[in-house]
Amino acid sequence: MDRFTWANGLLEMNETLVIQQRGVRLYDGDEKAKLDVGVVLLSTHRLLWRDQKNHECCICIPLSQIIFFEEQAAGIGKSAKIVIHLHAAPANKDPGPYQHSKFSYIKLSFKEHGQIEFYRRLTEEMTQKRWENTPVSQPIDTTAGPKAGRTRAVGIVGIERKLEEKRKETDKNISEAFEDLSKLMEKVSALPSASILPTSVTTAKEMVELSRSIANKIKDKQGDITEDETIRFKSYLLSMGIANPVTRETHGSGTHYHMQLAKQLGDMLQAPLEERGGMMALTEVYCLVNRARGMELLSPEDLVNACKMFESLKLPLRLRVFDSGVMVVQLQSHSEEEMIASALDNVSDKGSLTAEEFAKLLGLSVLLAKERLLLAEKMGHLCRDDSVEGLRFYPNLF
Amino acid sequence: MSFEWPWQYNFPPFFTLQPNVDTRQKQLAAWCSLVLSYFRHRKLYTVDVLEAQESPVFNNKKIERKLSVEAIQVVFEELRKKGNLEWMDKNKTRCLIMWRRPEEWGKLIYQWVSKNGMVNSVFTLYELSNGDDTENEEFHGLEDWMLLRSLQALQTEGKAEIITMDDGKGVKFF
Repeated sequence: MDRFTWANGLLEMNETLVIQQRGVRLYDGDEKAKLDVGVVLLSTHRLLWRDQKNHECCICIPLSQIIFFEEQAAGIGKSAKIVIHLHAAPANKDPGPYQHSKFSYIKLSFKEHGQIEFYRRLTEEMTQKRWENTPVSQPIDTTAGPKAGRTRAVGIVGIERKLEEKRKETDKNISEAFEDLSKLMEKVSALPSASILPTSVTTAKEMVELSRSIANKIKDKQGDITEDETIRFKSYLLSMGIANPVTRETHGSGTHYHMQLAKQLGDMLQAPLEERGGMMALTEVYCLVNRARGMELLSPEDLVNACKMFESLKLPLRLRVFDSGVMVVQLQSHSEEEMIASALDNVSDKGSLTAEEFAKLLGLSVLLAKERLLLAEKMGHLCRDDSVEGLRFYPNLF
Repeated sequence: MSFEWPWQYNFPPFFTLQPNVDTRQKQLAAWCSLVLSYFRHRKLYTVDVLEAQESPVFNNKKIERKLSVEAIQVVFEELRKKGNLEWMDKNKTRCLIMWRRPEEWGKLIYQWVSKNGMVNSVFTLYELSNGDDTENEEFHGLEDWMLLRSLQALQTEGKAEIITMDDGKGVKFF
C-alpha cells in the first residue's frame, strides 16, 4: 500500500477512463487497509481509488508499477478479490496514504461484485500498455508545501480547472453509460456461429457505432442529436433480443442490475401474462423465470427489486400488492374495475360462489380468485357468508 | 298472527358480521329493526344473552345459519346506543329490550288516563298493568320495571307522581 500516492481524481490529457467499480475495499497485503469502501477506477495509465463517502480522498498508482495480478475466488462470507503484485516504490515517489508497508502486494476486494469485468479490463490494459505510447508526467505540486487531496480552486486558474473537471466528469459519465455496449460488442465477436444468430449480430456493431457517435455529439454540442439518429437507435434497441442473462458478476450489483433485469422480465412475461388473464402471483413469476434461466438463478429479493422498477422504466407491467400482502405482476392494460364487474356478474349468475368455485370458473389460481372476490367485497359489490361450510360470497343485497 | 320475517332473515350473509363498513352499517340497522319488531310481536322484554343464540330471531334453522355470540353482542350494543336496550347486570348477561321507549309508553298511559277522565286519581301499578279496565290497552301486561320507567318519565314531565304505599307503589296523575 505504500506505492500509492494522493491524487486529485482528475484524468490527465491523454488518459482515458476504462472502467470503474464501486464497493471495493483495499487490502495492504492480507490486511484490510485503513480506508473505507470506495470506487476503484482503471484508466489507461493508472489505477485509482476514491472513497465513496469522501470524494476528496483519492489515491492512485501507475499501471507500470504492476508486476502481475491474479484473481482470488470468493469464499463463504468473503468477496472475490484481485491480488496485484507491485514493483518497489521509486525513491522520489510523492506522499501517499502509507509511508511504508511490509507487503509488496495489494488486494482489491469486490464487495458488490464486478470483478470479472474489472479483471478482464485490467488484463487488456496491461497487455496493451497504452501508457507507454502517451506518457503523462506525474502531477506536479504547484503550491508550496506538501498537500493531499484536491487542488484548491483559486482565481481564474481555479475556474478553468473547475470547467475542466466538469468536462471530464461528463466524459466519464457518458463512457460509463455506454459501457454495456462495449461489452455487448465483445460478446458478439466471441459468438461462434453466425448462422444461428438473428440479424442482431450485425446490428449490434452498427448500434454501438451509432451510440458512440451520439456520445461524442453530446460531449461536443451538449445534446444535439438528430431525430433520425434517435429513431434508428431506438429501433436497434427494439430489435435486440437478450443474448445472455444479466448476471451479478458481469454487471455488478445495485440498481443498474435491477434495471436490466426489469427490462428482461418485461419481455419475458408478456406472453405468460396474457395467457393467464393479465395477472400472475409473484411466486408464479419466480418459478417461471428461474425455470427458464436454468442456471444463474434469481434470488427473490432481486426479482422484487427488479419488479419495483417497472413503473419508472415505463414497462407495460406493474407490481401490485394487495391488502393481504399478496404480490402480483399484472399487465398495465389490466383493468381492475372490469374484473370486479365481471366477478359480480359471475357471482350473481350462480347465486353465490366460494373462492375455489370462482377460481375454477375463471381458470385462475385460488389465491388470485380470492383476492379478486375480496376486492369486490371491499368495494361493496359483494358480501360474505362465513359458516362452518366455508366462506361464500353473495351479491351485496344490503 | 304469525310473525313476518324480513327478506334478510333468509339471506345467509345476514348471519355473518360484514367486514365492509358500509355493508355492516346496513346489516346492523336491519338486525336492530328485526329484533325490536320480533320482541314487540311476542311482547317479550328481557333477553338472556346465552339463551338468545337459540331464539328463532338469531337462529334460522331453515337455512342453517345463526348469529355468533360476538355478533349478538355487537347487535345489542347497537341497540343500546339507540336507547332501545338496557343491561340488567354488569356482566352483560341479561338485558331489557325496550321496543318502545319509556317516554312512549308514558304517553300512551297518560292518553288513556285523560281519555277516561281519570286525571287526579290514584292507581296502583297492578291496576294499570293488569286491571280489567286496561285489558284492551297496549300497555296491558306491561312488566313492572317497564311500567315504572314509563311512569318515571311522566313524573319528569310533571304529569304524574309515584307514591309508595303499604303494599307497593302507586301513581297519581295530574
